[in-house]
Amino acid sequence: MDKVLSNKKMIALYVLPSLLLILTIVYIPIVLTGYYGLNEWNGIGSMKFIGLENYANLMKDGKFWDSAWHSLLLALFSGLSLIIYLMISMVLAARIKGANLFRKIYLIPMLLSSVAIAQLWLRIYNPSNGILNSVLQSIGVDNPPAWLAEPSLVLLALFIPILWQYAGFYILIYYAALKNIPTSLDEAARIDGATSWQIAWKIKFPLIMETVKVTIVLAVVGSLKYFDLIFVMTDGGPNGSSEVMASYMYHTAFRAYDFGYGSATAFFLLVICLVVTWVIRWLTRSKDTIQYS
Amino acid sequence: MTGNVELQTSVNSGGWRLLGRIGYSIMYIVLIIVAIFQLFPLVWLMFFSLKNNQEVFNLPPLSLPMHPRWENYSKVWNAGNIDVYFLNSLWITVVATVLTVVLGSLVTYAITRMKWKGSSFVLGLFMVAMMIPVHSTLIPLFSFFNKVGLTDHPLSLVLSYVAFNMPITIMILLGFYYALPREVEEAAIIDGCSVNRMFFRIVLPMTGSVVATTAIINMIYNWNEFIFVNTFISSDSYKTLTVGVQNFVGQYTTDWGAIGATLMISILPILIMFLFLSDRIVEGIAAGSVKG
Repeated sequence: MDKVLSNKKMIALYVLPSLLLILTIVYIPIVLTGYYGLNEWNGIGSMKFIGLENYANLMKDGKFWDSAWHSLLLALFSGLSLIIYLMISMVLAARIKGANLFRKIYLIPMLLSSVAIAQLWLRIYNPSNGILNSVLQSIGVDNPPAWLAEPSLVLLALFIPILWQYAGFYILIYYAALKNIPTSLDEAARIDGATSWQIAWKIKFPLIMETVKVTIVLAVVGSLKYFDLIFVMTDGGPNGSSEVMASYMYHTAFRAYDFGYGSATAFFLLVICLVVTWVIRWLTRSKDTIQYS
Repeated sequence: MTGNVELQTSVNSGGWRLLGRIGYSIMYIVLIIVAIFQLFPLVWLMFFSLKNNQEVFNLPPLSLPMHPRWENYSKVWNAGNIDVYFLNSLWITVVATVLTVVLGSLVTYAITRMKWKGSSFVLGLFMVAMMIPVHSTLIPLFSFFNKVGLTDHPLSLVLSYVAFNMPITIMILLGFYYALPREVEEAAIIDGCSVNRMFFRIVLPMTGSVVATTAIINMIYNWNEFIFVNTFISSDSYKTLTVGVQNFVGQYTTDWGAIGATLMISILPILIMFLFLSDRIVEGIAAGSVKG
């Protein structure tokens, strides 16, 4: 048996196509991104090696740091909204009839393309005919704002559809984790006189801590590299007030044709995502893992 | 869970029961409000996709489309190249999904069943790739596809989709392969079955349900993908629905019915799939998210 399953040719045949593909499409490009960042390059002509100049410029580029700040705000917002998702999941997992249907309904927006979601929310926010302002006017708000055109409101207005898009995803994850907790634990706690609140926070929450950690990484890193909705809905505007790191990189490279600087931005984005992942894992590392099975 | 409910009601009594019932109602109300928030924009979209501008602007937003204007749908299907985009989305999604699932199954099989040095390193490579932001690969990929003549060619999309969905596909498959009993395979090898034959005739059919789950997840991701199409593809004949919709809607900013119909066409396949396969989709998304 071992002989058949350690045939080198067969192993190569099974693994190499995928391995080559992922090296070509994922790993070599990230190395190249770092290298392109060391050059002055318009994307078509020849490259001129300029050392760390792009990276140095990036560090003092106010516009980039503005976009990084917006990404950070989005990350904070996403991280905090996890608390709401967790609470909803706790309710959902606690003896609710139709919980399965609820979590499926919640998930629907996540299955739709960001472009469709973005276009739909553009209509919702439409200053004159959008449903939001129609409703606001009907309840007596005279001059509802043009949400996406107000530099002070645009980020908040963008956070809502992002929340809408991902709520079902995180609720689904928490719900699955909560359902994994043996009901015997719940029953034992109840017999000992624990209230629902105590059971939720003293027993269930610690037991799904590993899942919570994973979702924190997903939400924060996902926000730092977030792009789609913002790109379609505001394209970073008005006047850069909703620019995030990924859209800034895209604009630098594919609009301003500064591929060297864009590459430096893209490489920095990669480094930030990896570092933040590592930092969150390190901060939330557990000294003792709780076992219940 | 039912045992729980009985226990709850038997322990509680009198005033506590009333309080419990109120709490239960409040929980339900919260859940329903969230459900409405999640569904409401889509219902509104469906309604205005069946109206003309006059009805959209002059009637209350949630009024039913009394004379549903299906012509919005036929109009955009023919006029806006939507039919071309739809077919492109369809075949690119299917080809990329089949490739990802087959290649991913081969890798998972080699990692869980075959004995070779470096298998855990290779698995690590696939898993770490999940953390790489797509945008950090975009510029080199664009320049690479340019050099090999694949910009504005659907192959650039298929290759990118397969590569970027491979990690999550392998991750979902892994759990299933590890749990799969090996007796059948051992017996097959003793009977002199070749590796290929065993994989395609025994293992692949046995993993049918998880293959279906990964395929569905892949289809959703591929169908919705935007940034690669937007960057690599420039001619209308190769664009997929996401970018096509984006361009079309940009041109017809004032015709709400047409925009609504276009958006509905782009999301309907996913909604219909969800209607029939929701359990599998839920399972796939849960499996593909937490274990990392």
